[in-house]
Amino acid sequence: MATILFFGRLRDAVGTNALAATLPDDVRDTDAVRSWLGSDHPALCDPSVRIAVNAEMTAANRAVGDGDEIAFLPPMSGG
Amino acid sequence: MIRVQPEPFDPAAELAAFIAGAKGAGAVASFTGLVRGDDNVSGLELDHYPALTGKAVAAIGEAARARFGLAALAIVHRFGALAPGEPIVFVAAAAAHRRAAFRAVDYMMDRLKTEAPFWKREHGPDGPRWIEARGSDVEDRARWG
Repeated sequence: MATILFFGRLRDAVGTNALAATLPDDVRDTDAVRSWLGSDHPALCDPSVRIAVNAEMTAANRAVGDGDEIAFLPPMSGG
Repeated sequence: MIRVQPEPFDPAAELAAFIAGAKGAGAVASFTGLVRGDDNVSGLELDHYPALTGKAVAAIGEAARARFGLAALAIVHRFGALAPGEPIVFVAAAAAHRRAAFRAVDYMMDRLKTEAPFWKREHGPDGPRWIEARGSDVEDRARWG
């Protein structure tokens, strides 16, 4: 089971802020997670949306598996 | 001193405490960001990613300390529900001379706007609306390399 989090407008686009999901066998990295969920929620595929794994920003595709927390982050707006 | 909190804070008290702790520095600069008092905005909501926010904000502070040789720095950032006119962020820098203090505050704000995991939602007459960093915020951030 992986935990998948959605922030900002992605919360509305997906309809929830968190999912507990069993990753399909062929979904083993962040690019694959994005394509897998993006087929139902195209907002996740926008290049401005970044991914963090276990609360660390990813700069490139990264392996993920059971127990990981995968967060989809739209452009940030602090301050 | 870095805090991320849902409670309101008093920027005057924050600045007084910061100056009291910055003995030996020759210059203190600070910035307070407020929720804009637009007639059409009844409130603001700040979503954030708690597991990431603290360390992202701390990393911005540490980068400013190293880059500008700061003697001390403060970042206070709110999350949750805010009303128009309320302080949302307070940033302060203490340095030997004013230029480093001014620049450090500007730098920290540019990075907070674009790299701290906060997401703003405005509540207005047409319902809630997510606000994202503007192109000008990204250009401001890019000035620092």
